[in-house]
Amino acid sequence: MIYAIVFLPLVGFLIAGAFGPWIGARASEFVTTSLLMICAVLSWIVFFNVALGHDHGYAPIIGNWMTVGALKINWALRVDTLTAVMLVVVNTVSSLVHLYSIGYMHEDPDRPRFFAYLSLFTFAMLMLVTADNLVQMFFGWEGVGLASYLLIGFWYQKPSANAAAIKAFVVNRVGDFGFALGIFLVFQLTKSLTFDEVFAAVPGLEGEKILAFGLNVDALTLAAFLLFIGAMGKSAQFFLHTWLPDAMEGPTPVSALIHAATMVTAGVFMVARLSPIFEYAPAALAFVTIIGAVTAFFAATVGLVQNDIKRVIAYSTCSQLGYMFVAEGVGAYSLGIFHLFTHAFFKALLFLGAGSVIHAMHHEQDMRNMGGLRKDIPFTFAMMTIGTLALTGFPYTAGYFSKDGIIEAAFAAGEHHTTAMIGFISTVVAAGLTSYYSWRLVFMTFFGHRHAHEVAVNHSHDEPATKDDHAHSHDDHGHDDHGHHAPHESPLTMLIPLAVLAVGALGAGYVFEPDFAGHAYAEFWKGAIFTGEHNEILHEMHAIPAWAGYAPTAMMVLGFLVSLYVYVLKPGTAQALARAFPRLYRFLLNKWYFDELYDFLFVRPAFAIGRLFWKGVDGAIIDGLGPDGVAARVADGARFAVRLETGYVYHYAFAMLIGVAAVATYFIAGGLR
Amino acid sequence: MFGFGILSGVVFLPLVGVAFLLTQKGDDEASLRNIRWATLATTLATFALSLFIWSGFDTTTAAFQFVEEKSWFGSGLVYKMGVDGFSMPFVLLTTFLMPFAILASWTSVEKRVKEYMIAFLVLETLMVGVFCALDLVLFYLFFEGGLIPMFLIIGIWGGKRRVYASFKFFLYTLVGSLLMLVAILAMYGKAGTTDIAVLLRTDFPKEMQTWLWLAFFASFAVKMPMWPVHTWLPDAHVEAPTAGSVILAAILLKMGGYGFIRFSLPMFPDASTHFAPLIYALSVIAIVYTSLVALVQEDIKKLIAYSSVAHMGYVTMGLFTLNPQGVQGAIFQMISHGFVSGALFLCVGVIYDRMHTREIAAYGGLVNRMPVYAFVFMLFTMANVGLPGTTGFIGEFLSLTGAFQANTWVALLATSGVIFSAAYALYLYRRVVFGALEKASLMNITDLTAREIAIFTPLVLLTIYYGVQPQPILSATQASVDNLIQTHTALIDAIKLAAAGQ
Repeated sequence: MIYAIVFLPLVGFLIAGAFGPWIGARASEFVTTSLLMICAVLSWIVFFNVALGHDHGYAPIIGNWMTVGALKINWALRVDTLTAVMLVVVNTVSSLVHLYSIGYMHEDPDRPRFFAYLSLFTFAMLMLVTADNLVQMFFGWEGVGLASYLLIGFWYQKPSANAAAIKAFVVNRVGDFGFALGIFLVFQLTKSLTFDEVFAAVPGLEGEKILAFGLNVDALTLAAFLLFIGAMGKSAQFFLHTWLPDAMEGPTPVSALIHAATMVTAGVFMVARLSPIFEYAPAALAFVTIIGAVTAFFAATVGLVQNDIKRVIAYSTCSQLGYMFVAEGVGAYSLGIFHLFTHAFFKALLFLGAGSVIHAMHHEQDMRNMGGLRKDIPFTFAMMTIGTLALTGFPYTAGYFSKDGIIEAAFAAGEHHTTAMIGFISTVVAAGLTSYYSWRLVFMTFFGHRHAHEVAVNHSHDEPATKDDHAHSHDDHGHDDHGHHAPHESPLTMLIPLAVLAVGALGAGYVFEPDFAGHAYAEFWKGAIFTGEHNEILHEMHAIPAWAGYAPTAMMVLGFLVSLYVYVLKPGTAQALARAFPRLYRFLLNKWYFDELYDFLFVRPAFAIGRLFWKGVDGAIIDGLGPDGVAARVADGARFAVRLETGYVYHYAFAMLIGVAAVATYFIAGGLR
Repeated sequence: MFGFGILSGVVFLPLVGVAFLLTQKGDDEASLRNIRWATLATTLATFALSLFIWSGFDTTTAAFQFVEEKSWFGSGLVYKMGVDGFSMPFVLLTTFLMPFAILASWTSVEKRVKEYMIAFLVLETLMVGVFCALDLVLFYLFFEGGLIPMFLIIGIWGGKRRVYASFKFFLYTLVGSLLMLVAILAMYGKAGTTDIAVLLRTDFPKEMQTWLWLAFFASFAVKMPMWPVHTWLPDAHVEAPTAGSVILAAILLKMGGYGFIRFSLPMFPDASTHFAPLIYALSVIAIVYTSLVALVQEDIKKLIAYSSVAHMGYVTMGLFTLNPQGVQGAIFQMISHGFVSGALFLCVGVIYDRMHTREIAAYGGLVNRMPVYAFVFMLFTMANVGLPGTTGFIGEFLSLTGAFQANTWVALLATSGVIFSAAYALYLYRRVVFGALEKASLMNITDLTAREIAIFTPLVLLTIYYGVQPQPILSATQASVDNLIQTHTALIDAIKLAAAGQ
C-alpha cells in the first residue's frame, strides 16, 4: 500500500508531464487528480492502521542506492506514526489542491505542466517523509525544492516570478549547505546514515567532543545545529525566511500546498524525526527555541502592514512555523507536529480562500482594492472566517488546541530555561498580532466598501505605496479587462476543497488532541518521537498557573478588538497610525529591510568579486604573466622567424614531435646497450 | 583479433575508420553523407566492442585485466595494454560519448568534413589508448598525441579567436607535459623499466618522490585544470566547435584526474600525503573562485567552462582524501561530469547552430518556442548543480563526505559550492530559457529535431539512471580503490613506524 501511496503521484507526473500535450489538459487533470485522491484515501487507511491502530510500523527496502566503504544507503519507505501523520497531511491537502486547481487554473494553457509539477512535488514530499535514512531525506528535500522552484516560476514570462524562483532555490541551498554538513558529521560520528543505526549510536556519543572548523565542540550539538540550518532554510525561519514571501509569485494553489501546508513544514518534520539526536543536544534545542521565537514575532509584525492578501498569509505561515519550532525547542515535539497537522488544514483553507477571492476579483491581490466582498462571495467569506478563527485560536477550533498548547509548554519549560521563557513571551505577543492581522485581512477584504479602480489608478493617497505593489496586481492571463465584471463566486471544484478543509480546521484539534499530546500519547506515537527520560514537558504544561493558560486567548480577543476598531468601527485609523509612526511603518512594510541588507551583503559582493576574479585575476594576473606574456615574447621572436599565421600550430607540434623522437631514441639506445 | 586483444581492438578500430575515410574523395553531398555515416558507424562499432570489456570485467580484483604485451622497438620499449577499475569506466565513457560528438557535428560542420572526422577518430584512438596503456612511454605518447587532433579541431574548425585559443591550450599543456617527460626519464633511470605494473611496486626515495610528484602534478594540474592554470579552458571551450567542447570537457579533462590516480597517488604515496594540503587548497579555491567567476559570465560556453573547473575541484579534493567515499566519489564525479558537461555543451550547441551566437544576452524566452529543449536543458542544469536523483549528486555527495573526514575546513568551504552552483546555473537558465520571447531574431527558432532528441535521450536516461542506481559504476571501481587505500595506508604506517623507531 505504501508503494502505491508514494509512487502513484510519480506515475501521475510522468503521464501528465510526458504525454500532457497529446492527451490534453482535461485528461492530465483527471489522471493526476484521481491518482492523488486514491493516495489520500490510502494514506488515511495507513494512518488508522499505524497511528490509531496497533500496527507497529515497517520500513520495506526497495533497493540499494549506493554502497561505498562503510556508507550504505538504501531506498526504503519507512512508515511509523510520524510518517503516517505526514502522509495524511500531504496527500489530503495535495489531492484537494489538485481538485481546486482544476477550477482555479481553468484559463491557463499550460495546465498539463502545472498538474505534472504538482504531482512531482507530492512524490518528492512523500519520499522525504518516508525516508529511513538522511540521504533519502535529502533527496526528497531537494526534490521538493526543485518542484517549488518550478512552480514559483510557473508563469515564466513574469520576471518577478523567475527572480522569486531562483531566490527560493538559492536561499534553500544555503540551508541545504548546513544540512549536508550535518549529514557528513553524522556519518563521521556514527559511520552510518540510516536512522535506526544512527539513533542507536547517539546515546553513546553524549558529551563527546569533536574538533571541527577549528573549534573543539560538543559533537552532537554541532550535528544538531548543522542539521537545523537545513530546517531553517526549508521552513523559512529567521535569517533564511526571505524567499517565502516572494514565493507568492507562484499560482495560489501552489502557495497553499507547498508554501503553507507541506513543504515548509519539512523542517519541523525533520527535527521531530531526528528527535533522538536533538534530545541529546540541549544547546541546539535552545537555539531552535530562540530562532522559532524570533521568527514567530518578526513575521507577525511584518504581517501587520502588508497589503497583498497572499503576503499577509505568507508571513502568517512563517510566524506559525516559528511556533512549531518553539514547541520542538522546549522538547514538546509532538505539539510541534500537532500544530503542523492542524495548521495544514486552516492555512491551506486560508490560502485557497484567498485564491477564491483573487479568482473572484480577476487576479487582483491588493487588499486595498477589495472590500465589501462578503455579499458577493458569501461562501468564500464563511470559509475564510472559519480559517481565521482556527488560526487565531478561537476556543475549540483546531488552532486553539495546538497553538495554545505550544504556548503553555513554552511557559512550563520557561521555569527551567530562559530561552523557553523568551519563547513564551514571543509567542503570546505574536498571538495578539496574529489575531490583529488575520482579522485585518478579513475586514479589508470582506467589509467596508470597494473602491477598486479609482484606487488602482492612483493609490498614493491611501497607505503609502511600495515598489512591489504593482508586481502582483497583474497576471498576464488574458484578463485585459479585469475588474469590469462583478466579483463572482468560484466554481464547485474550488468550493468543495474549501469545505473539506474547513471541517478539518474546526474539528482536527478537538478530535486528535488526546492522541497527539494527551492521554493517548504513548499508544499513538509508539516511540516514533523520542523524548529523553527527564523530558516531562507534556505533563508539566498542565500544571501552569491559570493566567498563563488564558493569556493566548486574551491576546486573541484583544487583537480582534483592535482590528475591529481600526478597520470597521473607525476606518482611517490605520492610515493615521502609519502617518504617526512613519519610520516604524516603513520598517515593517519593508520587512525589516532584510532584502536590502542581503543584497548589500551577499548578492552585490558576489557579483563584484566574480568580476574582479575574472577580469583582474584570471585576465590581468594569470594570463598576463602566463600565456599572454609568453605569447608576446614568442611573437617578438616569431617576427624574425616565421610569418605564417598558423605558424604556431606547426611550430609546437614540431617541437613536440622532436621531443617524442628524442625519447624514442633514448629508449632504443637504452635497449641496445 | 589479429593477434591482438580486445583492448587493442577498441584502441585501433577508429583507425580502420580513418583508413576508409581516406579512400573517400569528392565534396558532393553523397560522399559527405558517406563520410558521416562511416564515422558514426565506426564509433558505434567501437562502443559495441568496448561493451565486451565491461561484460568481461571482473569487479572483484584490483589487478590489471585484458593485459596484452608485445615487445616493440627491440627490447627497450614494450607495448603493454590493460585495464583495471580506474581505467575501465573511462574507456567506456570515451567510446560511449564519441557517437554523440559525431552526431552533434552532423550538420554544423560544413568545411573539410573528411579531415574533421579523421581528426575525431584519431583522437578517439589516442584517448582510449591513454586509459589502456600500461607502459609509461606508451602512455606518454597517447597522452601527448591527443593534443594534436584537439589542437587542430580548435584551430581549424573553431570560432573567431581560434588561433589564440588553440595556442594557449597548447602552450599550457606542453609546458606541463615536458616536465612529465623529464620525470618519466628519471623513473626509468631509477627503476630500469617503464612498465606501469612494475613501477607501481617500486619504492622511490622520499626526496625523489617529491620531485617526481611535482613534475607529474604540473602536467595533470593543467589538464584537470586546477586553479591557477585553468585559464586556457574557457578560451578553448569558447572557440572549439560543439563536439570539440563535448570531448574536451567530458574526456580530455578526465585525463588529469586519471593521471593522479594512476601515477601520483599509488607511486608517490609519501609525496601525495605531503602535498595533500596544497591540493585541498587549490581545489577549494577552484570551487569557490571559479563559481563566482561563472556567475558574471556573459558567454554561455564560458560559463559552463568555468563551472567545469569548479566541478573538477571536487575531483581533486576527493582523490587526495584517500578514503573510500572521497576517492570513489571523485571517480564517479568524473564520469558524471562526462555525461553532464558533455550534455550541457550539446545544449549550447543546439542554440548556437540556430542563432550563431553564444552571448547570453542574445537569448531569452526560449521555452516559449522550444519546450522540449527547455526540459532537457533544465534536467542537465539540475544535474550540474547536484540535485539528488541525478549523477551529479552522487559524485559531489561522496567526495564531500570523504573530504569531511579528511578535513572539516575543506569540506565546509567546498560545500559552499552547492550554493554558488545553484546561483550561476539557475541565473543562466533564467536568462536563456525563461522570460517572454521578445527578441525578433528568436521568433522563428525551432525546437529540437529528431536527430537532436536522439542525441539527448540516452544522456537524459543515463543521468537519471546512474543517479538512482550508481552501483554499477561504483562497484567497478571499488576493488581498485580499496587496494589503493590499503596499500597507501600500509605504506604511510610503515614510514611512520620507521620514523618513530629512529
